[in-house]
Amino acid sequence: MLRLEGLRKQYRTGDLALKGVDLEVPDSQVMALIGPSGAGKSTLIRCVNRLVEPTDGKVFLGDLELTSLSRFALRKARRRMGMIFQEYALVERLTVMENVLSGRLGYVGFWRSWFRKFPKEDVREAYRLLDRVGLMDMADKRADELSGGQRQRVGICRALIQNPELLLVDEPTASLDPKTSRQIMRLINELCAERGLAAIINIHDVMLAQMFSQRIVGLELGAIVYDGPPDQLTPEVLTRIYGEEDWEATIGKDEDAEDEDETVPVAAQVLTGEAAS
Amino acid sequence: MTEQVNPVYPTTWKRPPLISSATLRWSIILGAAIYLALALGTMDVKWSRVAEGLPRGQRFLDAFFPPNFADNRGVVWDGIQESIWMAVIATVAGIMMSIPIGLGAARNLAPKWVYLSCRAIVAGSRTFPEVILAIFAVKLFGFGPFAGFIALSIGTIGFFAKLLAEDIENMSAAQAEAVKATGANWFQWVNYAIQPQVMPRMIGLSVYRLDINFRESAVVGIVGGGGIGATLNTAFDRYEFDTAAAILLIIIGIVLVLEYASGYLRKWVQ
Amino acid sequence: MPLIETSDGPDWRRRTTKQEFMIWFGWLIGTAIVVYAFHLISEKTIWFFVQDAGTQAMDIGTRMVPPKISYMDKLWLPVWDTLNIATLGTVIALIIAVPVAFAAARNTTPHPIIRATALLVIVSSRSVNSLIWALMLVFIFGPGVLAGTIAIGLRSIGFCAKLLYEAIEEIDHTQVEAIEATGASRAQQILFGIVPQVLPTFAGVGVFRWDINIRESTILGLVGAGGIGLQLNGSINTLAWTQVSMILLVIFVTVLISEWVSAKVRHAII
Repeated sequence: MLRLEGLRKQYRTGDLALKGVDLEVPDSQVMALIGPSGAGKSTLIRCVNRLVEPTDGKVFLGDLELTSLSRFALRKARRRMGMIFQEYALVERLTVMENVLSGRLGYVGFWRSWFRKFPKEDVREAYRLLDRVGLMDMADKRADELSGGQRQRVGICRALIQNPELLLVDEPTASLDPKTSRQIMRLINELCAERGLAAIINIHDVMLAQMFSQRIVGLELGAIVYDGPPDQLTPEVLTRIYGEEDWEATIGKDEDAEDEDETVPVAAQVLTGEAAS
Repeated sequence: MTEQVNPVYPTTWKRPPLISSATLRWSIILGAAIYLALALGTMDVKWSRVAEGLPRGQRFLDAFFPPNFADNRGVVWDGIQESIWMAVIATVAGIMMSIPIGLGAARNLAPKWVYLSCRAIVAGSRTFPEVILAIFAVKLFGFGPFAGFIALSIGTIGFFAKLLAEDIENMSAAQAEAVKATGANWFQWVNYAIQPQVMPRMIGLSVYRLDINFRESAVVGIVGGGGIGATLNTAFDRYEFDTAAAILLIIIGIVLVLEYASGYLRKWVQ
Repeated sequence: MPLIETSDGPDWRRRTTKQEFMIWFGWLIGTAIVVYAFHLISEKTIWFFVQDAGTQAMDIGTRMVPPKISYMDKLWLPVWDTLNIATLGTVIALIIAVPVAFAAARNTTPHPIIRATALLVIVSSRSVNSLIWALMLVFIFGPGVLAGTIAIGLRSIGFCAKLLYEAIEEIDHTQVEAIEATGASRAQQILFGIVPQVLPTFAGVGVFRWDINIRESTILGLVGAGGIGLQLNGSINTLAWTQVSMILLVIFVTVLISEWVSAKVRHAII
């Protein structure tokens, strides 16, 4: 589905953010990307849809080489990738509906989008998505009237209305409290399972990464230092990625979920690889 | 398994309008349309005169290429100097007088009657454009830059004292309280609690006001208040477009320099 | 906040010795400039007139009271003209200021040369006072409201475009990034990502400038560009002081009302 070949990024200041990363993400796989700040996680995600231009290397979405596309072709390719942002990145003064519908901007011409004349199918899909995430009655509220968790759910709808093949998720839980973080991660997982979507999720919370992904890739100083299932994430590996620390407390177990009176749904259990071994 | 009914979702959506009450919305739109019709209708334009004037305008624009800095350069230089110096001391004097008035016009600082009278002074000096003040200043003090200086100073007081008072009223009460709690007297309180909070913005505003005063000083000459305004007026009357163009370019140039300096000063203050 | 070594041991001073010297030096230069400027100006001032000013003021003051209320009949049309000059001028300026602002903002400009041109337009428009624009336009288009409206418009472009482009540069970029990530075109990114963020600023700037323009429009008549300034000029020249005071009263009330409207609208927008 997604293939990165020798992806390199060097900023003008001289910082080498990515040092020739090779990565393959098959269809329908939810992959978590962990690593310390400055490891290059954000850069990697942004290089996939070329919000940041890679200095070297190739990115393939299916058979299409993204890195060689013209601006016009790139816009069409971006429609196939939905992006979810750390600080939600909703347009605050627009309503929830407008934010969700803005996911279809790649399909709708300029003047139609000016007059907000989106096709019927898009409107229906927008309402359906809002209902799925439980925000149907908030459709006409301004985005800045919503709480953090609600805003992130709108961001998820915006990404999904593109009908993408791949989800690029940049630290979806960074600004959220622990309970909302779990709800959002669970939601993303369920939606990916429903639609057979592949996803790269940039996340700093190792426990959430283990609970909600099928595969974990650890990035340190622009290079991959770990690539494997969540249950093989040992303290040694974490030291390699993050540095020396007491990692026993971080490696998540299901007891944490039970403490909060929540049962980890079967889907998540499957995804974390527990049932797979 | 029960058959799940597929919910039906709406397929049309319209953006909620900015003003929700339909009557209010339509009355505003209608009101605006009526106003525009009336305004444009009563605008008495003699199109023949406009047509006549266009070639004159063309001649004027041509005069910018190239502008004439050489002829009348003595008079122009005198006028520019006068404008600059007028602006400088008007700003200085105006700010010096604004400080007590601004302090008095802040509700959290002054007793009621002081507050009211200072606010009245501020309102009075703000209402009238500097040119009108200049007309009266000329009547009182005679032609020349002194009248311009008086007019600009009064304008500066109106501008500066109001903003100073607003800044003081918006300042952090906590910081002021803290200093008061140490037992400082009124002057020390102002110096340690209020001044540091409002100073950075005031310095920026001072340079902004200098910029405004310079631009105004170029104009008060038209009513006799000294500065380059009179020279510009004369140049037009004599159809000496190239000199007029030169004067305009000098004015623009000085404003550019002032803007650059103000940006630099503001960074230095941070 | 440095530590200075003295003979009795370390001492805290607010500034280093070097800084203190620089500040003292700065004050010295500043005072020298002010003194020089005042000297220049006083050379051109006929001090006899200044001393006489008090008596002059009393004289004019008594002649101005009471204001000639009956004169109001002749003032309604000029007030209407003044209002239109300000309103239509502001509208024209806003329409032109939008593309200029987008051309001048670093994040939306298509090309550095276009940006430089836009910035030049802004500076030129700002530097020249609306009265000077009016002077030139009366010369080209003849006296009347048209010259005044265009003059106000030309002057306001710079003001509005400057504040607008600063707002455009200060937006939250991730919102635009998110729109870009959906595959939207550059124009759509601006429409959905940038415009909603700057809309409140746009409205606020417009109303703010309208308020200032009301004040500026009152004097354009002094050079023949329509509005109540014509009446003012005429009344002063014929020394009809009670009419003058009536006009000043009307200007005062108009400015008061426009300020109130402006403050109300800006509060509602935030």
